[in-house]
Amino acid sequence: MASPSSFWSKAFRDAIKSSVFIAKIYCFLHVTTNHLGFMAYAYGPSMTPTLHSSGNVLLAEQITKRSQKPSRGDIVVIRSPENPNKTPIKRVIGIEGDRISFVIDPRKNDQSETIVVPKGHVFVQGDYMHNSRDSRNFGPIPYGLIQGRVLWRVWPFQDFGPLEPTLT
Amino acid sequence: MGIQNLLWQVAKKSFTGSIIGLTISDRCCSVVPVRGDSMSPTFNPQKNSYLDDYVLVDKFCLKDYKFARGDVVVFGSPTHYRDRYIKRIVGMPGEWISSSRDVIRVPEGHCWVEGDNKTSSLDSRTFGPIPLGLIQGRVTRVVWPPQRLGKIS
Repeated sequence: MASPSSFWSKAFRDAIKSSVFIAKIYCFLHVTTNHLGFMAYAYGPSMTPTLHSSGNVLLAEQITKRSQKPSRGDIVVIRSPENPNKTPIKRVIGIEGDRISFVIDPRKNDQSETIVVPKGHVFVQGDYMHNSRDSRNFGPIPYGLIQGRVLWRVWPFQDFGPLEPTLT
Repeated sequence: MGIQNLLWQVAKKSFTGSIIGLTISDRCCSVVPVRGDSMSPTFNPQKNSYLDDYVLVDKFCLKDYKFARGDVVVFGSPTHYRDRYIKRIVGMPGEWISSSRDVIRVPEGHCWVEGDNKTSSLDSRTFGPIPLGLIQGRVTRVVWPPQRLGKIS
């Protein structure tokens, strides 16, 4: 016959086992999303027509950022240099050493500026240049701000598939 | 076979242990050595000593990137992305910093870092303000050597 004290000690042991299991699952998920790859929900007009402005679920990977530098044409998830709590998605247009010419404000006039991307930085730009805050506003960003490289679109399902590395 | 089973058990336990250790090091806190004397006398006060200071880096502050002037932070270098530096924040966004030639305003989302030992420190006076997104943790206390154990100012 099970006495009350052994019931509570068994329940206590079961609770410890379940919480250890949940802690292991949490740690596994953390390592996967911070070091292997993660899903990102992207919305907003700055990357049309590549990404829909109403919302996409994308798969991003973080394995190659350890061994190689980003290359031109990659779509990357960055941590914004204007607000570290935001992670916009833009395309890499120039890597270190490139000379980039861009129009400062297309809505105002045609004045353009030419910069050389410094060492350890990349120049990112949204595909829809008329409505995008990117390196034309805040300058080239250091590699350390790149969180991951976007590989695949998962949702909407009509557009399930890889995302082209270069702007066609 | 007994030995195969034992090896498999050891492998499973060490894999789980390393995953848990990595999560704690990313989310909670980690211990890093301080190299160089750019933060003398706060860290490594004696030049050419054999023992480097080891410090505890708190990672809870990375949840909303809330920092204050005076925090000592670990951040990735803006020019060599694999290197990590430890310096003190002396300017938060919106503040004005007087460098050698002029007065600079720290832009939104950035901070101005300087080493305590101004004579030998590679910091924002060279590479400019750094984005807050590059910060990887805040140093709270020294854990080695034991005679200098304790919180930092």
